[in-house]
Amino acid sequence: MRRAPAGGGILAGSLLLGGCGRDVQSVLAPGGIQAAQIADLAWLLFGFGTLVLAMVVAAVWLALRGSSRIRRILARENAVLTLGIAFPAVTLTLLLGYGVWLMRSHLDLPRDRNAVGIEVVGEQWWWRVTYSGAHGTPIASANEIRIPVGVPVGFKLRAADVIHSFWVPSLGGKVDMIPGRTTQLHLTAERPGIYRGQCAEYCGGPHALMAFEVMAMPAADYAAWLQRAAEPATTPVSEITQRGQSLFLATGCGACHAVRGTSATGTLGPDLTHIGARRSVGIDTLPLTRENLTRFITDGQHVKPGNLMPEFRVLQPPELDALVTYLLSLKVADRHG
Amino acid sequence: MADTAPEYPNRLPRPRREQAELAAIWARPRSWRIVTDVNNTVIGYFYVGTAMLFFLLAGILALLMRLQLAVPSNTFLSQETYNQIFTMHGTVMMFLFAVPVVEAMGILLLPQMLGARDQPFPRLGAFAFWAYFVGGLIFFSTLFFDLAPSGGWFMYPPLTSSQFSPGMGADFWLLGIGFIEISAIAGAIEIIVGVLRTRAPGMTLDKMPMFGWTMLIFAGMIVFAFPAVILATLLLELERTFDWPFFIAARGGDALLWQHLFWFFGHPEVYIIFLPAAGMVSMIVPAMSGATLVGYRFVVVALIATGFFSFGLWVHHMFTTGIPALSLSFFSAASMAVALPSGIQIFAWIATIASGRLRLLTPSLFVLGFLFIFTLGGLTGVMVAMVPFDWQAHDTYFVVAHFHYVLVGGMVFPLFAAFYYWTPAFSRRTLSERLGRWTFWLMFAGFNIAFFPMHISGLMGMPRRVYTYPAVMGWDVLNMISTIGAFLFAAGIALFLIDLVRNLRPSLSDTAGNIWKAATLEWLPNDVYGPRSIPIVTSVDPLWDQPHLAEDVEAGRYYLPGSITGRRETIVTSPIEATPQYLLSLPGPGWTPLLAAIFTAAFFMLLTVKAVTLAVICGALAVAMVIVWMWDSDPKPLAAVDIGSGIKLPTYAAGSLSHSWWAMIVLLLVAGSLYLAYVFSYLYLWTVSPQFWPKPAALAPVTAPAVSALLLVAGSAILVAAGRLLPRNRRSGRRFEVLAGLAAVTLAAALMTEVSAQWRAGLRPETDIHGALVYMAAFLQAQMVLPVVIMAGFAVARSLGGRLDREQRVVFDNLSLLYHYTVGQSLLGLLLAHGFPRLAA
Repeated sequence: MRRAPAGGGILAGSLLLGGCGRDVQSVLAPGGIQAAQIADLAWLLFGFGTLVLAMVVAAVWLALRGSSRIRRILARENAVLTLGIAFPAVTLTLLLGYGVWLMRSHLDLPRDRNAVGIEVVGEQWWWRVTYSGAHGTPIASANEIRIPVGVPVGFKLRAADVIHSFWVPSLGGKVDMIPGRTTQLHLTAERPGIYRGQCAEYCGGPHALMAFEVMAMPAADYAAWLQRAAEPATTPVSEITQRGQSLFLATGCGACHAVRGTSATGTLGPDLTHIGARRSVGIDTLPLTRENLTRFITDGQHVKPGNLMPEFRVLQPPELDALVTYLLSLKVADRHG
Repeated sequence: MADTAPEYPNRLPRPRREQAELAAIWARPRSWRIVTDVNNTVIGYFYVGTAMLFFLLAGILALLMRLQLAVPSNTFLSQETYNQIFTMHGTVMMFLFAVPVVEAMGILLLPQMLGARDQPFPRLGAFAFWAYFVGGLIFFSTLFFDLAPSGGWFMYPPLTSSQFSPGMGADFWLLGIGFIEISAIAGAIEIIVGVLRTRAPGMTLDKMPMFGWTMLIFAGMIVFAFPAVILATLLLELERTFDWPFFIAARGGDALLWQHLFWFFGHPEVYIIFLPAAGMVSMIVPAMSGATLVGYRFVVVALIATGFFSFGLWVHHMFTTGIPALSLSFFSAASMAVALPSGIQIFAWIATIASGRLRLLTPSLFVLGFLFIFTLGGLTGVMVAMVPFDWQAHDTYFVVAHFHYVLVGGMVFPLFAAFYYWTPAFSRRTLSERLGRWTFWLMFAGFNIAFFPMHISGLMGMPRRVYTYPAVMGWDVLNMISTIGAFLFAAGIALFLIDLVRNLRPSLSDTAGNIWKAATLEWLPNDVYGPRSIPIVTSVDPLWDQPHLAEDVEAGRYYLPGSITGRRETIVTSPIEATPQYLLSLPGPGWTPLLAAIFTAAFFMLLTVKAVTLAVICGALAVAMVIVWMWDSDPKPLAAVDIGSGIKLPTYAAGSLSHSWWAMIVLLLVAGSLYLAYVFSYLYLWTVSPQFWPKPAALAPVTAPAVSALLLVAGSAILVAAGRLLPRNRRSGRRFEVLAGLAAVTLAAALMTEVSAQWRAGLRPETDIHGALVYMAAFLQAQMVLPVVIMAGFAVARSLGGRLDREQRVVFDNLSLLYHYTVGQSLLGLLLAHGFPRLAA
């Protein structure tokens, strides 16, 4: 299902993982510092767990089938206290110390002056992403998050409606997004690539389909991309895209969606300023193609049941064609690639 | 001591007709009238059967989910259906199977195990069962009408608020489950008083079977844990119905308050389910090994420690909510500490096995299966107690695997061990050993095949509560294996059902008997009345250490070999030393518990569909039924009777000696826990949104609460005076009735003074969180005032009917307890509503 972006180009070098589904969302295939540290902890815990389980099974076996001497030893209250209290107390305390130390190091704010701040808002059932451009101007996007490699990224997490949870297993642990609160998460990607994230707190309806992609790119590429993303949308030049734009505005799309540089300034739904440069539409596994975009506009309730966008079945095929052509042309972010 | 002839309480031969009379008094109602029975064995059988029915129903839901997830992008179930099904699976398993089934095992086993003829409140037990039966079935049937809740068994707002879940499903959950929790509390009161006050003479606390200990702690934990979730359901239902913004951030509420309250109940809940199962294991292992339990005292300490620690763990369900590092560290440490008591128990069982010879029959197989699965679940529990690991594992299939290992391993396997083990005590035939082995191996293999791969799919990134997943994720093979395992497990259960049909022949009189050569009293020869006579217990393993106990009990040599008063009766003993204190008359069959339960269920369910008038009528009928059943309780004291050995026991007790007083104290602990949960919510929400608390100038003037407080204190004084004026025996004037009525009116007046003062000060519950909390205090006060007023009316009626006087006074004693508690709670409420904002400002 994964493929190069419609506009081709700029991410080609960092899309090595793009063809492989298996490892893009795995706790045990870390692509970031935090995830790597937790994976180490996980392996330590699996080793410890296996050891203790083997110990208990052996004790049961000896209690059943052991020599009478061993069974006499096991039957003493001292054995109960040693194996049941002393051993776990010591080992668990050591583990706890390690766990708390690791936890604190992850919660500490990054001191790096280059740290990047990105705000993500969980909404039923998509992700509103806001970057901070030059002089702090907000740059809105949705369902795709680009981050620089090797630089700490601080995510400010909020919820618009119900509780969601922001989770990119390959980069680190999850943090809930709670209405009325702002939570924080710090991640640092170590390798360029595409990592999949998914909502981890049940948020009703198509919670299962609420996924997103994090694209980690070299810091210089990221800076250049951010500059392009700050630009307003492409002005339509061809006749069909102009027709598409006026349809977009006349049909009322702008009530919910914004296209920077036009009169469409709605904020209920995802910002579409650079939608043509995104990889998917509606859900992350639906690649952004002409057919899929058309399908989402006219038959969105089958793609993502319960989503808040009404199905625009009134549009005739030529109108749809113009509208979709216009939307696909909105890809300034990829233009210079 | 008990085997030397002169020390037997009663001489042989017994009168010829004694046993026949006893059997006649305890006779069960015939055919369909069995539904009016209140005896613990019959109710226990119904109770266990109903709980197992819900286990099967929720299990079928699990199979449907496994079918849906067997392949990626499956369309077998729709998104909404799947969401309803996983919500119902969790809810039904936790609230309609796990808690009720252990409570049911307690009701069924405890009286026999403790040497009592019945539970101390048979009709309360029957009421609790029927309420659960009717309420549970109605709740489950919402699935067939597309009205089932779909917000998850944890019901987190704001997803479950009226804005995001406008349908009736959430209301069914809140009112239905809230109601079933009330039934669980009724059962818990029954169990606490039963364990503490109806043990056989000589069965001191340190000679009590371990199952008795676990049920005592189980019931105690229900008393402190369930009120938190009852408060939470009240708050959310009030928000949904009347727009009181407890969980709405824009008006100062907080979604996390629900999580705190829910998990303050929800974590102890896990141990509420596990401890009785551990108790069963502590009974089965010694019996099957032929050796006394090693480290009895350590195990008791471990059980108490588990109960205690379990209330300090709830935040580990909230490690990802962004709470401060210090809290995270504390709750991480506490979550690890709770592993220690489980360690003691596991090695105590291993030590017991080592000190005897474990017979590897079906009950033992299930115990060994439990040891393996539960240990593995405990170890993954240690993993998720590590905060950074939990950040990854939380809300993934890893956690699904973890808690199924803990709950199915820790509770379902011991339960099946218990079924195979105790069936001979309650059935003419034993269950099949051959089918039992097949059942065990299918369940054990099926369970591990189903749930072990979930650890891996979770770590590969599969979140919980997803109705589908794309093929590219590579989770398909693991999910297919899980589905196959689930069906193997189900095949084991099906085989068990076949075994039940073929071999379970419920009986109370000619049972298969003590085929394991076990040591505890439930293996004495039993009949409808329990043991023929109530033994003196001198050991923790009486049937091993007291030779001839079974024959002597059956011959009627011990206490109470017949009925002395001509009614059903049992001996009430002291809570620690178990010395006989008085003879308790028990009620027989009757319609009132069943009808009261049906009307109570109707009240809650009609409220859900907003048929308020009908609901109120049913509520009034339910109260009427309870009044009818209570009218004949607290009978006239008779002369003291001789139960043997020259021990003369009174037939009546009032004050703190009465079993009824103990039950009322437990009920007040429940009410107190509920109110403390409210006080916590108040203070917590203030820390979250202090800006919504008004300036002192905007508050109601101090005179209002002063008047209210004065009325409360005066009410208490009036009731005390009324108690002094209780007639000596027959009616003498109307002073008591006037004063008791006046006390009730005063209490109601205090409530109205408070509400009207707040209203006149311009406070409204829906404006903001402060307003909602102030009116919530009044709501909780009204919730106490209403029963006090009804009870006061009842006391007045009994006094007029010549059933309440200075001696026959339990009704008044209980009214007093409830009244003074209500006054205390109301005073605290006034202090909070009027004092706190002034203090904080």
